[in-house]
Amino acid sequence: MVKLTINGKPVAIDVDGSTPLLWVLREQLGLTGTKYGCGIGSCGACTVHINGKAVRSCTVPVSSLSAAQKITTIEGLSADNRHPLQQAWAELDVPQCGYCQPGMIMSAAALLNTKPNPSDADIDAGVTNICRCGTFNRVRRGIHLAVTINKRGRS
Amino acid sequence: MDKQRINVSRRDFLIQTTTLGAGFSLGLYLPLTGNAAFAAEKNATTVPEVNAWVVIKPDETVIIRIARSEMGQGTLTGLAQMVAEELECDWSRVTTEYPTPGQNLAREKIWQSFSTGGSQGIRGSHLYVRKGGAVARHMLIEAAANHWGVPMAECHVANGVITHSPSGRSTTYGKVAAAAAELFPPEQVELKDPKDWKLIGKPVKRLDTLDKLNGKQVYGADLTLPGMLNATIKACPVFGGTLKSFDDSKVRKMPGVRKVLRVGDNAVAVVANTWWQAKTALDALPIIWVEGPNSTLSSASISKMLDEGLTASEAFVGNKNGDVDKALRGAVKKVEATYAYPYQNHATMEPMNATARWTTDRCEVWCPTQNGEAALEATAAASGLPITKCDVYKLLLGGGFGRRGAIQDFVTQAVAIARQIPGTPVKLLWSREEDMQHGHYHPITKCKLVGGLDKQGELTGLHIRISGQSILAAVNPKWMKNGVDMITFQGFHPDGDHAISYTVPNLLVEHAMRNPPVPPGFWRGVNINQNAIYMECFLDELAHAAGKDPLAFRRKMMADHPKSLAVLNAVAEKAGWGKPAAKGVHRGLAVVKTFGSHVAACAEVSVDAKGKLRVHRIVAATDPGYAVNPQQIEAQVEGSFVYGLSALLYGECTIKGGAVEQSNFHDYPSMLIKEMPKVEVIVMPSGGFWGGIGEPTIAVAAPAVLNAIFAATGKRIRQFPLKHVDLRPV
Ligand code: FES
Ligand code: FES
Repeated sequence: MVKLTINGKPVAIDVDGSTPLLWVLREQLGLTGTKYGCGIGSCGACTVHINGKAVRSCTVPVSSLSAAQKITTIEGLSADNRHPLQQAWAELDVPQCGYCQPGMIMSAAALLNTKPNPSDADIDAGVTNICRCGTFNRVRRGIHLAVTINKRGRS
Repeated sequence: MDKQRINVSRRDFLIQTTTLGAGFSLGLYLPLTGNAAFAAEKNATTVPEVNAWVVIKPDETVIIRIARSEMGQGTLTGLAQMVAEELECDWSRVTTEYPTPGQNLAREKIWQSFSTGGSQGIRGSHLYVRKGGAVARHMLIEAAANHWGVPMAECHVANGVITHSPSGRSTTYGKVAAAAAELFPPEQVELKDPKDWKLIGKPVKRLDTLDKLNGKQVYGADLTLPGMLNATIKACPVFGGTLKSFDDSKVRKMPGVRKVLRVGDNAVAVVANTWWQAKTALDALPIIWVEGPNSTLSSASISKMLDEGLTASEAFVGNKNGDVDKALRGAVKKVEATYAYPYQNHATMEPMNATARWTTDRCEVWCPTQNGEAALEATAAASGLPITKCDVYKLLLGGGFGRRGAIQDFVTQAVAIARQIPGTPVKLLWSREEDMQHGHYHPITKCKLVGGLDKQGELTGLHIRISGQSILAAVNPKWMKNGVDMITFQGFHPDGDHAISYTVPNLLVEHAMRNPPVPPGFWRGVNINQNAIYMECFLDELAHAAGKDPLAFRRKMMADHPKSLAVLNAVAEKAGWGKPAAKGVHRGLAVVKTFGSHVAACAEVSVDAKGKLRVHRIVAATDPGYAVNPQQIEAQVEGSFVYGLSALLYGECTIKGGAVEQSNFHDYPSMLIKEMPKVEVIVMPSGGFWGGIGEPTIAVAAPAVLNAIFAATGKRIRQFPLKHVDLRPV
C-alpha cells in the first residue's frame, strides 16, 4: 500500500512501488489531466506540484513519496478554473491542442509560487515544457496577465 | 464576392427525415464511467435536428455539427462561426458536436469530407457549412411564420429571436426548432455578402478552451471504458522487418499482464490491466525480429542515393518555361548550390493511440484522428466486418500535424488487438519511443540549384533539380499523374494554390524521384518546408552574387504576383527593412504562396562570437483571402514559427541499421519558450479567395532566419538542422 496526499485528500493505493507517480495518478486515481508525453522527464507534460514545487511525475516512483508531501495536480489547482493562470489562459485563448497545457500551467503556477512577479528571464528559466503547437508567446503573456489578475484580486 | 444564391438539393430533406434524434453525441455512445470524460453527455441531442448541421434545443442551446477534426488549429470554432453567421443564432449559446463517420456513410456523406489536412478545414468547407446555416435559418423563420399565419417575408431574425415586425410578436429558435425540423428545406438560399458578415472575421474566443485548463478535456490517451484493458506495442525497429517470435514465458507472470499478442506481421503487443504494467512487460519481453532487406540502410547510403538523383539524366518536370540551358550558357555569372533536408518526426505531444472494442457483430473505435473516414475504413479492414457494422468516435487530438491523417496505423493495430479479445475494449497507447521510431516522416530530399545572372545582375535562368522522396508514391500512388508526384513541387507550380511567387524568364524545375525505404508522410506544411528553403535561400544567394538588396531583387520578379508582393512589402515595411536594426541584429526575408495563402516573414537575428544564435523578432504577414478568426490566425502563425524553427534548429531523424536512431525528446528536441522570438502578425485578407492558415507560415520560418544568419555571419547553411552547424561568423 502506498499512501499519498493528493489534492488535499489522503489516498491509499495498492500498486507496485516502482510505478511512476504519473501512472498512479492517471490509472489508479483517474486523474488524467496529468499527461504522458515522453516518460523520461524531457517534456513537462506530466508536471505536478509536490509541496508547491514543479515535479515531472513520470520520473518519480511512488515508493519515494510519503503522505506528508502535498501533491497537487491540475485537477486540484483550483475549483472552477479560478486560478489566476487559468483565468489568464482563458482570456488569451492560450491552448491550441491543449495536451501540454496542464503541465504548462502547473509549471507556471510553481514559478509564481517562488516569483510572484516573474521577469521574462524568470519565465525562460522556469518554464521548460515542450509545446509542439507553439503556444509560447501566449503562455508568456498569460503568466504576466495572471500577475495582474492576482494583484486585482488582492486589492 | 457578392451575395451567393445556392441551390438546395432534395437530398438534404430526404436524408434529414432519417433524423438521429437522441443519442447522437459522443456522450451517449460512451458508456458512462464516472470519468470526467462524459461532460460531453450534457450536449446529447434529444431533439430532432433542423438539418444536418444544426440542432436547437428547447433551452436555446445551438448545437453545430463539425465534420472536420479539431487538433489545436481552431477549425472547430471557425466552422461554427461560419454556420452561425448564416444561422443568425445567439453565439453565446453555441456548442459543437462531431457526427461520426459511420453516420456520414449512412447518410450518403451529408457532411462531406472529414479529412482534416492540407489546411482544408475552413477553405474546403466554407460554402456548404454556410449553406447549412442559411438553410436552417430559413426553416426556423418559416416555422415561426407558419405558426403565426403570416408571410415569411414579414419576419426577421437576430440572435436567435424571430420577430414579426408588423405585429411585434416574437419567438425564439428553441421554441420553433421542432416545427422547423418537419419542414422541407427551401429550394434556394442566399448567402450573405462578405461585407455583411458579423461573426466571420471577428476574433471570437475558441469554443474548446475551458476544459483544457483544468484537466477535464479527455484525449484519446485518457479515455476509460468499463472493463477496458490497456495495451502497448513494439513493431520491428527496422523498416520492412517482421516479427519472428517472442518468449512470453518471461512476462506472463508479471503483475497485471493479460495477453501477449502478435499484431500484423511486424509487431507484438502486451495487454495488461494498466498501461504501465503493459509497458513494463513489453520492455522485458525477449523478441526476435527478422530485420529483412533494409538492415544495412543508413543515412549515408540514403544520402548517396539522393546525390545520384541530383545529376541523373532522367527526372520529372514540375514547371518549365523558356530555355534554361541556353540562358545559363549565356549568363554573365552563374551561381550554384546544393541543399539537403532531413527526415523529421511529427512528434505530436499526445502519442499515437486508439481504443477498440470488437465483437463478431460490431467494431467500434475511439481515437484522435485527422480523418474520421480513413479511420473508419481502417477499422472495417482490420475488423473483418462490413463497414456498416463499424464506427469511429473522434476525440480531440493532442496534436496532429499530418501524422494522424492519411495513415491510420494506430487504428489498424488497436482493432487487430481487440479482435483477439472479443467483447473487451482495449486502449492501445504507443510509447514515445514507438512514436519516434515508427513515424511517417517528413520526406528527405536534396536540391541542386543553378542560376544565371546577366550584366545588370538580373536572373535570366534558374534550374532546380530536386532529388528524393515522394510522399504520394508511398502513401497514395493513385494521386500521382503518370508517375509524377506534383506535391513534391509544392511552391514551384506554374499556378494554383502552391504557385511560384516569381516570374523567372527561363525556368526548369525537376524531380528525380528516389524513394528510400523509410515511410514518408504529410508533415505539417509538407514539401513547401524544404522547397521554400531551397528557393528563398538561393534567391538570397543570387541577390548577394548580383550585389543587390534581397528585397529589391525579389520585387523585380514579382510584378505578376501582386498578392505575394503585398505580403512581402508588408513585412519589409513593418520590420524596417533598409533601416538600421539594433546593433548586432540582422534581417532576412522569405515569401511563399502555398495552400492558397500568401505569406511572408522578416526575421531579425543575432549570432554572437561563440556562434550562439538568437532569433529576436519575426514579422509575419498572411493573406488568406478571408480571415475567419483573426486571433486564431495569429495563434497559428505564432505556432508555425515554433514548428518551423524547431525543425530548423533540431529536427532530424537519422537512420542506422534500417531504423531511426532517435527515440525520445532528449535526442529529438523541440524549441522551448526561452528560444521563442517576439512574433508580430499582420493578417491582411484581400478577399475573393479562401486560403489555408495552419501550414503556410511554417515554410517562411526557416528561410527568413537562414537569410538573416547569412546577413549576420556571412555563412550559407545548406544542411540541417542547425544544431550541427558552427555559426561563428566568418
Ligand atoms: S512525460 Fe514526464 S516529462 Fe514528459
Ligand atoms: S497546445 Fe498542443 S502541444 Fe501545447
